[in-house]
Amino acid sequence: MATEILMPALSPTMEEGTLAKWLVKEGDTVSSGDILAEIETDKATMEFEAVDEGVIGKILIEEGSEGVKVNTPIAVLVEEGEDVPADAGQSAPDAAPAEAPAADAPAVAAPAEAPAAPQTDSSPDWPSDAPMASQTVREALRDAMAEEMRSDEAVFLMGEEVAEYQGAYKISQGLLDEFGDKRVIDTPITEHGFAGIGVGAAFGGLRPIVEFMTFNFAMQAIDQIINSAAKTLYMSGGQMGCPIVFRGPNGAAARVGAQHSQDYAAWYMQIPGLKVAMPYSAADYKGLMKTAIRDPNPVIFLENEILYGRAFDVPQVDDLTVPFGKARIWREGEDVTIVSFGIGMQYALEAAEKLAEDGISAEVIDLRTLRPMDTGAIIKSVMKTNRCVTVEEGWPQPSVGSYISGVLMQEAFDYLDAPVINCTGKDVPMPYAANLEKHALVTTDEVIKAVRDVTYR
Amino acid sequence: MAARRTTKKSNVSADELKAYYRDMLLIRRFEEKAGQLYGMGLIGGFCHLYIGQEAVVVGLEAAAEEGDKRITSYRDHGHMLACGMDPNGVMAELTGREGGYSKGKGGSMHMFSKEKHFYGGHGIVAAQVPLGAGLAFADKYKGNGRVTFTYFGDGAANQGQVYETFNMAALWDLPVIFVIENNQYAMGTAQKRSTSTEDIHTRGAPFGIPGEIVDGMDVLAVKEAGEKAVAHCRSGKGPYILEIKTYRYRGHSMSDPAKYRTREEVQKMREERDPIEAVRAMLLTGKHASEDDLKAIDKEIKEIVNASAEFSKESPEPALEELWTDIYAETAPQNA
Repeated sequence: MATEILMPALSPTMEEGTLAKWLVKEGDTVSSGDILAEIETDKATMEFEAVDEGVIGKILIEEGSEGVKVNTPIAVLVEEGEDVPADAGQSAPDAAPAEAPAADAPAVAAPAEAPAAPQTDSSPDWPSDAPMASQTVREALRDAMAEEMRSDEAVFLMGEEVAEYQGAYKISQGLLDEFGDKRVIDTPITEHGFAGIGVGAAFGGLRPIVEFMTFNFAMQAIDQIINSAAKTLYMSGGQMGCPIVFRGPNGAAARVGAQHSQDYAAWYMQIPGLKVAMPYSAADYKGLMKTAIRDPNPVIFLENEILYGRAFDVPQVDDLTVPFGKARIWREGEDVTIVSFGIGMQYALEAAEKLAEDGISAEVIDLRTLRPMDTGAIIKSVMKTNRCVTVEEGWPQPSVGSYISGVLMQEAFDYLDAPVINCTGKDVPMPYAANLEKHALVTTDEVIKAVRDVTYR
Repeated sequence: MAARRTTKKSNVSADELKAYYRDMLLIRRFEEKAGQLYGMGLIGGFCHLYIGQEAVVVGLEAAAEEGDKRITSYRDHGHMLACGMDPNGVMAELTGREGGYSKGKGGSMHMFSKEKHFYGGHGIVAAQVPLGAGLAFADKYKGNGRVTFTYFGDGAANQGQVYETFNMAALWDLPVIFVIENNQYAMGTAQKRSTSTEDIHTRGAPFGIPGEIVDGMDVLAVKEAGEKAVAHCRSGKGPYILEIKTYRYRGHSMSDPAKYRTREEVQKMREERDPIEAVRAMLLTGKHASEDDLKAIDKEIKEIVNASAEFSKESPEPALEELWTDIYAETAPQNA
């Protein structure tokens, strides 16, 4: 049976090409793999090989022809002794089926009217009569990991200095003694490698907690975090999940210079497939860490070195968990909404305290997780206060706050009585000098000024 | 797929030899068909064909046991077929259709099968190396006696994460076989222009990882080396390196004009060292199979490949709702 040899697509972008040279002539016998012709694509000159065996019955496109569309018949292959059919080469080139019309993509929802107040979950995270005990963030994190390791054999901790040294920041203190070196594992200084081993272990059915001594060093591992951990569930059509927690201190500590003082909140928040937590209080550190370890997805858990030693009230309940995507309102107010997360909360709360003395009532929202983000809680608050200031230590272009500003523009524009102001770290690498570093970070005074600007007071 | 042996023997049976012939031929014909569908615009993007390297995966699969894992790079079609994944599902993924292994959302470079313990399909050169060691880490943690075949190329062997992984795999005695598929060209760069060492497996020695060179055009040599490596890993001695010297006949990807080597060089390999022709000759001269037996296998393979092409054309494109699924898992995955 005669078959048409079609002009091939030889690159991802080729639509037409030049048939530069025929390397066979009519009457030649060809077999699979023989080079038939040279074809110039948009990228290069390529050799075009035969797939089927047979005899070149007829050449339809002369060599030197330019602009030959992909899928145009260029020759006819016949079997030994067979004649070339009279209508050979008359068929029109098929449209590439890959271009099959797809249904229209759903348009981005553009609300014509101001929306109703979003449904938000403002239920308490623990019973109001739960007994409280003062605990540092450091202790809360350790307890969270220990509790989850007790209840699930598949959970293990790996990282630099997590075992014998008891943690570079003493977060894993005591874990080696309790769980042994099978489950609390010192790694060499090799972030890219051990991040990849962690992801592979998660594919293999374990639940790794990978500690980065700081998130600054995770830049060496970011390919494994994003390309391997975050995207595999999607690329596998849902088959291969990656339950893993990447955790460690993030952002500025004190006087450690530009390479050790970066806030990655806005980076990781952008990645579909990741979840991102950045808590402030010890109770949230504990409850969110337990949720993170149980989550079937990769979680980026951004901690803060300065907060590690700070004590907060932590409810003494059996199994303290805090859900992702649920903001916490620390302070109710009427005049302005201050949105923050992580160590930014200390500036937000200090500013609110001082503003109250001047009769300005600020509502302070702690996002706690950035992906998923409880934008509903922000919108609901702004519908009441009509003004918003965001607070973070990271850089401004773009920041978590600039995303929030965008959300408010699109979803609560009619409720805003002033532009949203983003208080961020300055747009500079972190300086070493003590006075410069203080100014490079966001300050409480800047938050107060921003609130005065948006309230015109 | 290839009959798995349960006991160690120095010879292979006629049936086993025929099975290797069949499995290698399936990969060859499948890849030729994929190249054809690419030319017709049915397959898009990048498409890296495995033609010429068939003996590597077929030989190593013959050394594997049920439950062992494998992970590789973007040149992955051969590995999937060799471990028993359905040609229809693979081809339909290449055409980006609903019936593909990843519902059309992964493509040529990103396919997975939990059932067959195939962990991808990875598009970033050498990223699969620590991932493979991580799979082995999980097996060691569970104490289940499984080994992981971690495939990468001579090009990937120059990535730093390979040596980060060698260090930890040796330090922790992970049951991982590093399979360097040395096809001599990292895209368009010949090994001698990119790699300071002639034999890449020797780079394991400073880490205390034993390794050896294997003739990748000889399926029996690959199988024998694979069995040795598997025995080493399974006995708890840690990682092992197989540097398998092989050759890809086609370009790096479909859009590779392959001007970095001569047509004569390729032709010489095809004529003198073809792994499928070698087994075919062995079957015929040893009178393990007749011409008619082999014709019947050829016919069966052609039918399987043609059916996969038909399936891959007829399977619909994924529903638009699929854009928004599989970004987050709702429940704990049952990763084995």
